[in-house]
Amino acid sequence: MSDSPAVTAHNPELRHHFADMAQQKDAASLGMWLFLVTEIMFFGGMFCAYLIYRLQHFNDFAAASQSLDITLGAINTAVLIGSSLTVVLAVNAAQRGKRKLLVFYLVATIVLGCTFLGIKAKEYTQKFEEHHVPGPTFHFIPTRMAGHPEQPPIDERHAEMFFSLYFVMTGMHAVHMIIGVGLFSVLTFQSWKGRYSAGYYTPIENAGLYWHFVDVVWIYLFPLLYLISLHG
Amino acid sequence: MATATLPVTERENYLNKEYGIRSWLFTIDHKRIALLYLLSVTFFFFIGGLFALLIRLELLTPAGDLVQADTYNKLFTMHGMVMVFFFLIPVVPATLGNFLVPIMIGAKDLAFPRINLMSWYLYVIGGILIMHCMLTGGVDTGWTFYTPYSTAFTNTKIIEAGLAVFVAGFSSIFTGLNFIVTVHRMRAPGMTWGRLPLFIWANYATSIIMILGTPVVAITIILVAAERLFHLGIFDPKLGGDPLLFQHLFWFYSHPAVYIMILPSMGIISEIITCFSRKRIFGYKFVALSSVAIAVLGFLVWAHHMFVAGMSVYAALIFSFLSYMVAVPSAIKVFNWTATMYKGSISYTTPMLYAFGFLGLFTIGGLTGLFLASLGIDVHVTDTYFVVAHFHYIMVGGVLMGYLGGMHFWWPKISGRMYPEGWGRLAALIVFIGFNLTFFPQFILGYVGMPRRYWQYSPEFQVLNVLSTAGSTILGVGYLLPMIYFLWSMRYGKQAPDNPWNAAGLEWKTSSPPTTFNFDETPVVDFEAYDYENIKDTDDDGGAH
Amino acid sequence: MVYNFPLWPDRASAMAGNVDALYIFLLVVSGLMSALIFTLVLVFAARFRKRPGHEAEQIEGSLPLELTWSIIPMGVFLVVFVWGAVLYFQERTPPQGAMEVYVVAKQWMWKLEHPEGQREINSLHVPVGRDVKLIMTSQDVIHSFYVPAFRIKQDVLPGRYTVAWFRATRPGTYHLFCAEYCGTQHSLMGGEVVVMEPSQYAAWLSGGNSGQPLTVTGQRLFAELGCSTCHRSDTQGRGPNLVGVFGRQVLLEDGRTLTADENYLRESIVSPGSKVVSGFKPIMPTFQGMVSDEQLNALVAYVKSLSQPASKSVAAAGTQPQTQQVQ
Repeated sequence: MSDSPAVTAHNPELRHHFADMAQQKDAASLGMWLFLVTEIMFFGGMFCAYLIYRLQHFNDFAAASQSLDITLGAINTAVLIGSSLTVVLAVNAAQRGKRKLLVFYLVATIVLGCTFLGIKAKEYTQKFEEHHVPGPTFHFIPTRMAGHPEQPPIDERHAEMFFSLYFVMTGMHAVHMIIGVGLFSVLTFQSWKGRYSAGYYTPIENAGLYWHFVDVVWIYLFPLLYLISLHG
Repeated sequence: MATATLPVTERENYLNKEYGIRSWLFTIDHKRIALLYLLSVTFFFFIGGLFALLIRLELLTPAGDLVQADTYNKLFTMHGMVMVFFFLIPVVPATLGNFLVPIMIGAKDLAFPRINLMSWYLYVIGGILIMHCMLTGGVDTGWTFYTPYSTAFTNTKIIEAGLAVFVAGFSSIFTGLNFIVTVHRMRAPGMTWGRLPLFIWANYATSIIMILGTPVVAITIILVAAERLFHLGIFDPKLGGDPLLFQHLFWFYSHPAVYIMILPSMGIISEIITCFSRKRIFGYKFVALSSVAIAVLGFLVWAHHMFVAGMSVYAALIFSFLSYMVAVPSAIKVFNWTATMYKGSISYTTPMLYAFGFLGLFTIGGLTGLFLASLGIDVHVTDTYFVVAHFHYIMVGGVLMGYLGGMHFWWPKISGRMYPEGWGRLAALIVFIGFNLTFFPQFILGYVGMPRRYWQYSPEFQVLNVLSTAGSTILGVGYLLPMIYFLWSMRYGKQAPDNPWNAAGLEWKTSSPPTTFNFDETPVVDFEAYDYENIKDTDDDGGAH
Repeated sequence: MVYNFPLWPDRASAMAGNVDALYIFLLVVSGLMSALIFTLVLVFAARFRKRPGHEAEQIEGSLPLELTWSIIPMGVFLVVFVWGAVLYFQERTPPQGAMEVYVVAKQWMWKLEHPEGQREINSLHVPVGRDVKLIMTSQDVIHSFYVPAFRIKQDVLPGRYTVAWFRATRPGTYHLFCAEYCGTQHSLMGGEVVVMEPSQYAAWLSGGNSGQPLTVTGQRLFAELGCSTCHRSDTQGRGPNLVGVFGRQVLLEDGRTLTADENYLRESIVSPGSKVVSGFKPIMPTFQGMVSDEQLNALVAYVKSLSQPASKSVAAAGTQPQTQQVQ
């Protein structure tokens, strides 16, 4: 296959500096994986900070975590896992060259992504109303934990640190979601125009990898931030 | 006179294929992007250098008489930020690396040419931000941004400076990513890993650090910015946060960043020493793998910047030990370079003079690193001029000597012209003398006890400071000279042959300057790296025949 | 310009000679190493210079040589590492029974308080030949306490204590610098350490505006803040009995154990819920923001004095003046 440049050269998507489509695709996916490695390091910095503080101030973090809405968090987790599924189906549709199906799954992914962001916005609003947003107006009264009659007094400062980390981590995650939704919007438009085919769908595949990564980050964020006290 | 030396029809190459500003600003040719980088990096070098000269002038006298304390603090901060993030980190990879990596492995371009152009634009945006920041007030935290000073106390432009570094950081992430993919996927037939030039190995190792380290400093900057902007409390001791956590995160990138800077220059030295000794490199595998070893071990030593910061004694022990381990691969390289010269046929060209200079200065810089890695001594000399001298020996004595050597070595390939050899040797000598006069006294200053980042100092430190300032003016002249004669040579220099040094390596098998796609047809590699046995050295000064 | 022009710092503490010894050893080692490399480079450059009739001889490499120049430097590095680590242990381990000086750093001055209550700004008077332990904290940003003549340096952090120590060996006046960049006047945040003969020091202590001993101030605060209602000196208190607690292993509510050092005492005052002693309820309110750094120092000094058999008498003696002041 690779020794038939005459055939592959016909593909209009083959860029001048690659020998053939296979080399181009290999390069693109290696590039994407490396980019995801940088993303792991990016989130890793925050996870590291979070874990250190949580170890130091476990009680305060657990109490602060109590005020997060586990139901909304769980719904969001389900939404994101669902969107990962639609992305896989989209890539599959692209592989099989089904243009309409591809567009359908891409749109479904965008809708699920927006649902996630909407629920997140609602959670943020709640936090804002409860004065749980760090800053001069911050105020935190712990809710009673069931089965903990002897609840230690909470150090408000450490609760503020928890919410600082909560907003930074979920905020950076949300920024990545927004970028992902933007990416899929462009791809949907291009797919509709028929740019992708069974012979060339690397951008769909790579955007899919990115989306899975963003999901995986949430899979870690959810238990770490919402479910502290359940295993404390 | 100039036009007379030109042939009537010049061969088509990447420089004369297209003309006009658009053909440069929208180019996706890695060679043109390398030149764009060369211009912008040089610009920032002279900005940073100007700050350095002002710092040295202020330190001529013990009293703070040239500038105010605030201004002085901004000067050393901006000097550090410009030199580290906008010069030293991109200087070799983005210029020589960008130009040579595809050619040396026989590719037409980097794997992602458009991302490569985007890297340059990110660099420029970062550069504009930092220039704007400097012109509208600047920053006074030191390039290290230590909290809580940076988050809660200073009222200078942290956010803007942080944004500039953040954006420039992504430029270097994308460069690194591009290099790794290119080296993995774009090698010409026959170009096995064992045949890669050592400059490629060095850039590969650097790229690994770029993509693993830079995101961590990016998120650290975001956290600092969030703390300033939104009153989040991550490092704030008032909320029970830990300022040492900031230092850990910061140095997790910023220590490996030192290796981002030095490794590519080490790669250049391997190319130069082999060529001008007419020899294969001594111990190819050891030199190649020591680059990777440095990249890996370099990630495990960050906390040696924090021995007096309040860390636990046991953590300090581990980091001290690992710091000695990372010195071993560097020592291996120095010994191998020296051994490469043994029984060679050595010519004293300008690049080789810079390589000699590199060996001397890097040896001193590396050995003084042993002092700093030693816990007992570090307590006394950390945060003094000893540290300042040490890292300038590595970053200026090492990185810059390598870079200048490389620029002279590949200038014929880049520009198609020869630089004036006599001036080149003179400049190399001036740089070497000026450098030592500037920075050697600072070792003594540091051990005597002068802390760094001091605007005023005790009078007994003056003599050494005067020496240092004197040296810095000589050094300044030494850096101006090459810029002048490189520019001169672009118009008046002798036309360069394809392989003026009779060097090995694919870059010398294509024309000078190369065509847009580097090679007329994809080369097939059937020889080892540094195959000097099979390359006749046909120079005018005789040779073996 | 006839300034004195030192090429070597004064050597005025017990540590200084040890640090200098390692430094000189390293100077010799690295001098030899660079001499070796420079000589080789120069000799090769001269002997194997390019000339007619001379051609390079290709050499692939040599495993024995590679091992030699990996293992020998590594051996030397290990020696230096161990030597440096031993020194560091000494530098970081204050001896028992040292005279304790509390240091509070702020932009841009050093405030020091002697155990006898003597307060100083930007200067520290100490007797020659006596161990001095510095218990330091910062009110704002990170500073660093640096006395080159003693070869000691320690960063001073907000919100916690860091500790350094020295034993001055030569009377004289030495530089005190701030070595961690701390803002505009960083280079002016310095002063002097005055090392005096013990008799002079005693004279200096008794003259001037001597305040109360720190432990006495601390004891008064202990009563005023109501600490003594729970932390009673019997087993009936709602809080742990603090007599003898300093320096001991403490078992915490969550099963961890730690040594009660200055930082633990400090944290227990400002953030009492973090590390609750086993068997006690987490009912103590925080004193964050209610006590200044100086008052914290006094409280810590007082609680520590409860664990020193020698100074029990001091504490007991302090009872008298305390009742006087309350009235």
